[in-house]
Amino acid sequence: MAEFLMPSLGPEMESGTLVEWLVKPGDQVKKGDIVAIVDTEKASIDVEVFESGVIEKILIPVGQNVPVGTPLAIIGNGSGVTKTVPAPEAAPQPATETAEERKPEARAQTPPEPAAPTPAPSAPASGRIAVSPAARKLAEERGVDLSTITPSAPGGAIHLADVEKAAGGAAPAPPTKAPAKLAQPAGRDLASMRRAIAAAMSRSKREIPHYYLGHQVNFAAAQAWLARTNAERPITERLLPATLLLKAVALAVREVPEMNGFCIDGKYQASDAVHVGMAISLRRGGGLVAPAIHDTDKKSLAEIMKDLQDLVARVRAGRMRSSEMSDPTITLTALGERGVDSVFGVIYPPQVSIVGFGAARERPWASGGMLGVAPVIDASLSADHRVSDGHRGALFLATIDRLLQEPEQLA
Amino acid sequence: MSDELKQKILHILGTVAPGTELDDLEGDVDLREQIDIDSMDILNFAIGLNREFGIEIPEADYPKLVTLDGCVEYVSAKRNPA
Repeated sequence: MAEFLMPSLGPEMESGTLVEWLVKPGDQVKKGDIVAIVDTEKASIDVEVFESGVIEKILIPVGQNVPVGTPLAIIGNGSGVTKTVPAPEAAPQPATETAEERKPEARAQTPPEPAAPTPAPSAPASGRIAVSPAARKLAEERGVDLSTITPSAPGGAIHLADVEKAAGGAAPAPPTKAPAKLAQPAGRDLASMRRAIAAAMSRSKREIPHYYLGHQVNFAAAQAWLARTNAERPITERLLPATLLLKAVALAVREVPEMNGFCIDGKYQASDAVHVGMAISLRRGGGLVAPAIHDTDKKSLAEIMKDLQDLVARVRAGRMRSSEMSDPTITLTALGERGVDSVFGVIYPPQVSIVGFGAARERPWASGGMLGVAPVIDASLSADHRVSDGHRGALFLATIDRLLQEPEQLA
Repeated sequence: MSDELKQKILHILGTVAPGTELDDLEGDVDLREQIDIDSMDILNFAIGLNREFGIEIPEADYPKLVTLDGCVEYVSAKRNPA
């Protein structure tokens, strides 16, 4: 018998709203199954269960916002199945006090606004009504303003059926004129997302003594190999340069493992697994998330590319899985070909480092006493000085450089 | 004919970058200067064009797709080889 708790889906998350239950009492679940959808300030997350068993009791109803750590359901062997689901209640959970006490510093730093948690299930106190991801997507496609919809279940979330009714239900005809603008998904409060990111980044800078290293990487070999490889592949199987960067970082961790893992309450916890978080922008001021590609070191470039494409698509549709949010052991941030020369990232707590890559630019490159031109990337490392020092950090960056000089070995 | 083609291309662009103002796009200006898209979006856009029009797009041709006018010209030429 175990309680299934509201997971922490990011360093900035303090609470989440239960948007949808995908299981009911009596259902058999196995570890990794998605059992619920939770709305955080950044996105809707598919929450996976950590244990196998039978859902015995649902504790939190749809539409309720609860702090991280609140029991959501009870999973057992099936002997204590309770079918009734609690009605939305107005009384704040006792866990609310603990969550606030646990972060007195964060509270003092952030402006005195109700960023989280909100006890009232109808949620207008935080200005947001829970919306299921399918409903959100349909609303976006049909140009329906979510704030005009009243959920059919009072105090509950807006579901697909509510949006279909509001949109008139007919399937959209193939466009004869380009849509002026597909409607922005309503209900995702950009201001509160900003506050959440601000809290996490402030905490990082307050608690983690960062040191920074920079190194220029000649990207010519990697670029040439990519061009040759992609020329032989159909468009759906081509690789982006980011896949090489992800694999190189993951393999470099094996040589300098203290760049990987977590520092919790000042103590370093190494991680055998390497799950590289990839920073993905949510566009149009929407902030940044850095979900994990699991076991990056063990995957082929093709597998990493598939994972990356899938991740970007789901992230921008506001749909991530809880393990992707909580599992990164190290993060990579890349500014792409239109970005600036270098980026020195801020470590995502409780990780211990973040690797940055600037845009690949043609620059003068001196080699063997001769001057030529090569595509060069500024690589950077921001690392936790409680866990490692510059000597080890330098070795890490040098290893990444070395790996990128032999791209065919990364495949 | 070319306008119908342009509308189809705009629609594909819209699926790659939802929430974008597509009406005001200038035909001869780099798309990446006008809307917030990255290399993943360009790849997905090219995949969309490949699927919709059944044309092969070698990586070397991506630079021809960076403006709307360039896209229309490229797709047109591929569909009606001279």
